[in-house]
Amino acid sequence: MRSLLPILTVVTVLVALWYVAAIGMNSKWANDQATRAGVELSTSDLVADTWSQDRPRLPAPHQVAAELWKTTGAMVLQGKAMSKRSLIFHGWITLSATMLGFIIGTSAGILLAVGIVHSRAMDMSVMPWAIASQTIPILAIAPMIIVVLNSIGMQGLIPKAMISAYLSFFPVVVGMVKGLRSPTSDQLDLLRTYSTNINATFWKLRLPSSMPYLFTSLKIGMAASLVGAIVGELPTGAIRGLGARMLTGSYYGQTIQIWSALFAAAILAAVMVGAIGMIERATLKRMGMGGWVWFSLP
Amino acid sequence: MIAALEHPTGGSITVNGLSPDEAQRQRAYGYVFQAAGLYPWRTIRGNIQLPLEIMGFPKSEWKTQVDRVLDLVELRGFGNKYPWQLSGGMQQRASIARALAFDADILLMDEPFGALDEIVRDHLNEQLLQLWASTQKTIGFVTHSIPEAVYLSTKIVVMSPRPGRITDVIESTLPKERPLDIRVSPEFLEIAQRVREGLRAGHAYDDE
Repeated sequence: MRSLLPILTVVTVLVALWYVAAIGMNSKWANDQATRAGVELSTSDLVADTWSQDRPRLPAPHQVAAELWKTTGAMVLQGKAMSKRSLIFHGWITLSATMLGFIIGTSAGILLAVGIVHSRAMDMSVMPWAIASQTIPILAIAPMIIVVLNSIGMQGLIPKAMISAYLSFFPVVVGMVKGLRSPTSDQLDLLRTYSTNINATFWKLRLPSSMPYLFTSLKIGMAASLVGAIVGELPTGAIRGLGARMLTGSYYGQTIQIWSALFAAAILAAVMVGAIGMIERATLKRMGMGGWVWFSLP
Repeated sequence: MIAALEHPTGGSITVNGLSPDEAQRQRAYGYVFQAAGLYPWRTIRGNIQLPLEIMGFPKSEWKTQVDRVLDLVELRGFGNKYPWQLSGGMQQRASIARALAFDADILLMDEPFGALDEIVRDHLNEQLLQLWASTQKTIGFVTHSIPEAVYLSTKIVVMSPRPGRITDVIESTLPKERPLDIRVSPEFLEIAQRVREGLRAGHAYDDE
């Protein structure tokens, strides 16, 4: 509860700034229209106009909120939740690619981390490539992935999921390598006095120690995964998905549509990351570490 | 070195007739570290059970074994607590219980009470002597405290720092029954003095 006030304050300030910016950015259009019609705009007319244009440069918050409602809640009430004009439909398209990519990326990341921690050769060889892979701009490689996969007959979900996986495996590798190496030398020596094999050391010590690191990486990976799915929808001129909504919005100057898709993506990311946070809390609590997690970052 | 965590640069060590590596493989000793080193995600019971799980003891024995050693270190009733819920002295006792759980012949302790305050330390020293009397195990105990060494030991090996050398080996003449106030008896002080001289001999060339 105590954290609510600062959050609300920041949100209020941001929304206020946004309204002010909307006046600035949309006033040229409003003035041009007024001049053409030969009327003089009073300040209050000007403000009202900048906040209610059909194709504003910067839509006002309430316009975005209204569009969001129109394309989600209102459509659910009409029983058209999965219609092509519904953001729920587009969100689901993006989400399914995100989830598939996240699962592939996370599994690959964990497996690579296990290999890196246990094999010196992998430590030396894989890590530099993993880092190099992330220096390639995703916007450059995404079209290539789509085109290449398309040429072998894969379309739609899989190529987007591959891009998601490409972005999300990296934080998991880095986090899990650190997590699996986090046991102290005392904790490892203890197992040596029992002459424990590598397998038991992994399950009894390394894996449990890495849990807090795992969840932190999963949260970053989930966000990256969503970005990957959206980017994967851009270069192909896809017609379905949140990325496609942004793209068509930009073709037709539908700024309100772009912004509402943007917010839908942000809300989706917040929900997914929040869900991981809840699993994290439950897991660490079961591991007797409930006391710590309240101090960890979301 | 006895535990094969380090390897000697020269000479040889045998542990009940085995090399340290063999002894480690046969799980011949329980080791108590400077810090309790309990795994925070396991309860006290889970921690004590850890060596039993790893060494493949039958599951049916786990509970009785853990209960037995919890009694030995007087932690009965704390099995389901997590390490952070216990004081430092209790954590260290739990780690002793963990070392005892699989009934190794030898207990090795590396400054186990070093981080604890004087009163807790005295108490644990007394308890350790009782434990020793009731289990009859061989205990190898490393300490920086002369009174602790003299109070606990039947045989004191005095070592010098850098290079680590044995400077004196003292057979204690103190009786097996040792109340805390034995530490002001003339016999005790005499042994303590001999330990001190042994340490000083080891340190001498450090200063000059």
